[in-house]
Amino acid sequence: MKRLAFPFLTFLLTAVSALAQQKTVTIAVVNNPDMIELKKLSPKFEEKNPDIKLNWVIVEENVLRQRVTTDVSTGSGQFDIVFIGLYETPLFAKRGWLRPIGDLPSDFDPDDVFKSLRDGLSYQGKLYALPFYGESSMLMYRKDLFDEKGLKMPEQPKYEDIKKFADALTDKAKGVYGITLRGKPGWGENMAFLDTLINTFGGTWFDMKWNPTIDSPEWKKAVNFYVDLLKADGPPGASSNGFNENLTLMTSGKAAMWIDATVAGSMLENPKESQVAGKIGYAPSPIEATPNGSHWLWSWAFAIPKAAKQADAAQKFAMWATSKDYIKMVAADEGPFAVPPGTRKSTYDNPEYQKAPFAAATLQAMNSADPTNPCIKPVPYTGIQFVSIPEFQSFGTVVGQNISGALAGKGTVEQALKESQSAVSRAVKQAGLLK
Amino acid sequence: MSIAAQQPVAVPIAAPGAVEKPNRLLTLLQAPAVIVLFLWMIVPLAMTIYFSFIRYSLVNPDVKGFAGLENYQFLTEDESFWPAIINTVLLMGAVLIITVVVGTLLAVLYDRDFFGKNVATLLVIAPFFVMPTVSALIWKNFIMHPVYGLGALFLQKLGLHSIDWFGDYPLISIIIIISWEWLPFAFLILFTSLKSLDNEQKEAAAIDGANPFQLFLFIIVPHLQRAIGVIVMIETIFLLSIFAEIYTTTSGGPGHATTNLAYLVYSLGLQQFNVGIGSAGGILAVILANIVAYFLVKMLAQNLKGR
Amino acid sequence: MKKYGNLILGIVGWIIAIIIFFPIFWMAITAFKTEQGAYSPNLIFIPTLDSFREVFSRSNYLGFMMNSIFISIGSTLVCFIFAIPAAYKMSFFPTLKTQSTLLWMLSTKMMPAVGVLVPIYFLFRTFGLLDTVTGLIVIYTLMNLPIAVWMSYTYFCEIPAAILEAGRIDGATVWQELWHLLRPMSLPGLSSTALILIIFAWNEAFWSINLTSAKAAPLTAFIASYSSPEGLFWAKLSAASLLAVAPIMVLGWLTQKQLVQGLTFGAVK
Repeated sequence: MKRLAFPFLTFLLTAVSALAQQKTVTIAVVNNPDMIELKKLSPKFEEKNPDIKLNWVIVEENVLRQRVTTDVSTGSGQFDIVFIGLYETPLFAKRGWLRPIGDLPSDFDPDDVFKSLRDGLSYQGKLYALPFYGESSMLMYRKDLFDEKGLKMPEQPKYEDIKKFADALTDKAKGVYGITLRGKPGWGENMAFLDTLINTFGGTWFDMKWNPTIDSPEWKKAVNFYVDLLKADGPPGASSNGFNENLTLMTSGKAAMWIDATVAGSMLENPKESQVAGKIGYAPSPIEATPNGSHWLWSWAFAIPKAAKQADAAQKFAMWATSKDYIKMVAADEGPFAVPPGTRKSTYDNPEYQKAPFAAATLQAMNSADPTNPCIKPVPYTGIQFVSIPEFQSFGTVVGQNISGALAGKGTVEQALKESQSAVSRAVKQAGLLK
Repeated sequence: MSIAAQQPVAVPIAAPGAVEKPNRLLTLLQAPAVIVLFLWMIVPLAMTIYFSFIRYSLVNPDVKGFAGLENYQFLTEDESFWPAIINTVLLMGAVLIITVVVGTLLAVLYDRDFFGKNVATLLVIAPFFVMPTVSALIWKNFIMHPVYGLGALFLQKLGLHSIDWFGDYPLISIIIIISWEWLPFAFLILFTSLKSLDNEQKEAAAIDGANPFQLFLFIIVPHLQRAIGVIVMIETIFLLSIFAEIYTTTSGGPGHATTNLAYLVYSLGLQQFNVGIGSAGGILAVILANIVAYFLVKMLAQNLKGR
Repeated sequence: MKKYGNLILGIVGWIIAIIIFFPIFWMAITAFKTEQGAYSPNLIFIPTLDSFREVFSRSNYLGFMMNSIFISIGSTLVCFIFAIPAAYKMSFFPTLKTQSTLLWMLSTKMMPAVGVLVPIYFLFRTFGLLDTVTGLIVIYTLMNLPIAVWMSYTYFCEIPAAILEAGRIDGATVWQELWHLLRPMSLPGLSSTALILIIFAWNEAFWSINLTSAKAAPLTAFIASYSSPEGLFWAKLSAASLLAVAPIMVLGWLTQKQLVQGLTFGAVK
């Protein structure tokens, strides 16, 4: 008994002391497939850095935002790495809630990262987050259904073309809907798409003096177009469809066209999860009055909160996860198409990746999206599918709810926009932007 | 006249009569629970009241200073404020009525013997053990989904249009889900209560020539009164702050169709990170809860006195 | 005639039971489908454990479950430490204020949790309770305490005071009175109270998701990571849900008799 006890005790002691030296890095991320893959590959990082142990908090997007904002703004230090976007990074950095990213080693090759993302994730010239993936928006359509009906997608579709195609492709008896778009309320849900639609129809959120311009004819035209299109050719329950619901409709062959994030490409082409792999065509996001802001720019990135307890270890991991090597690892593990898209030029230079049907369209969209010039007219804000002020998530969600209500037939578009106009006025007045 | 008879609310029968001056030692037994609950109530409440009078946004620290009644004004002018109050009351009322009525009928049915009753009982009470989020996800995806849901597939087989539950009947859908969750609770309590009703009493009534309907109305329902009071009380507490089901299925929409007060407070305070306005909403929710509690107390006092 | 009546009753009873249980049944079988198969309504399919494998490899299910067990049982025990003495005092030695104290206790549950998250978050940060099992035990104890006091109170009220008095006359000490008379008589009521409290604590999702991150996260947080990801997720969601719900449902089913016995709420008299 004693003989057994001694080695056991030594083992226990070494285990305890190893634990004491180990740095635990807590990471808050969103529950999407790229993150699941990252978590799956992360033991490789832990093997290389035995003193670092990773703790994962994986939640859906809304919960993530709420948790991260509460933690970061109160300086609670529960997380060492948070996953935030292009919208939050400069706002958080401005408040001093994030640590600037320290020196990057040369093999990280920061110049390989798209400049628009580096700029978007910086504040006053300092980088505050490392982009894990980047996305724009594009039009995805079923080539087979287009061929069947003898339709041809133009090089740069216009929204009037989309209406015609959608009418022709809708076959409700067979359960095929001409188009599906986001309808679920939220600034990051239906408003993301609607912002691009409104931009290209010539609408803006504000004029140069921060007067809201939501009851303008451009908004009315755009939102009416959206509601009429989905009512005629969209799936039932459109007002509760977000990115994920639409992805499901697309992968199961229920929808013929979809305008959404470019990251959807790799999911549509994954034969394990998609019944339409190989049947999808990719085109630029449609335009109407102006190409400005017709497709968005977004990135999810790793940032380190000021209150993080293991900042150095956290940066080590963030760099590992956004490095070229990591992209190679994913390619080896899940195939070349499954790598996190939209962050590095080298990904798109890779001939293997160029074979991906969505690669060229994604690259083109990423390169042409310009958040500093989102509208037909000059505006006092930047951001294509967001307005770069902290109040945006508040009024963006309210406007999204009003439009989603109009889509579900609860009131008219005019009514929804009128209510939105007054809600946004109140918000900017409260923030002191509008005198 | 005994002391007990003067009391506004009758004490339970078994109690040996209330005393005016409580024994100090005995008060000590009650003190810990009262103190922790008092702290639990007062500390967050005081902080919330404080926050409700200042400008406080988590994401924009530039917005600060004393706000006076600004937050309350902002809140009551919000388009979804009145719908939220109406929805809260509707939701609560509808679920209470459904669970009590269906629960009573079910309890009467299960009071009789039939084959495999014990197993069937297990199936009936099962929803009570399911987490609210999971129930909402099951109903949203598997049953009510307008494209893949079983309901939609069934209707399509019949050649009918599928129903867009959360688009066309949002509040009704939420009521269905929550009633499903709480029905087992009502059923369990009513079922237990009914068990304690003497068979002799029922038989005596039957001999007196009462038909089953009269039996139900004049024997069973009065007997269940107290149990119903208990159900109403416990369910009200939970139903006033229903949140997870709405969050998971409709996010308060479309429009404000399913925004209740709890969801509105969440949306203002945690989704839009305006702690000031969210706190004002929390305070109004407490006031609404107290109004409901007042009626509840009146009703239950009556109920407890009834025996 | 009577026999037929019972048969019809039985059929009706079973149909209702099946309708009520159906959503759970459907979730359970979806857990054994492939991810693509989950979207078609087939009852006949080749069962697969893929989703369970995926869930187990993706998250540390046992860790979440142990937290759920610790938190729900721990909070229930702490709850009783506060609730039983209070309920004992209130039911056997009531004063004029007893009823209103009880109702006041219940009214503390009416504040919507979403309204006080920020204050609680600050308090938790100050006391270092964020992401600790202790922190959640504290919250759930406070959350359940009113229900615990009230249920134990109604149950104690069922016990005829005369029996206790008779015991006292026979020379029983307070301790003997509590242990030999009160305990056996109140056991069914207290055990069903405990069950209800455990169920409430097990299923509570708002505080657990907001106040824990990695170390103390219970099964509700585990579900949150499957609730609406990108891509097909019904089968994985079903498998995760089944794993989260099964322990508490099995416990509830096994103890159904005790649950029913204890839920009398003063209705016996």
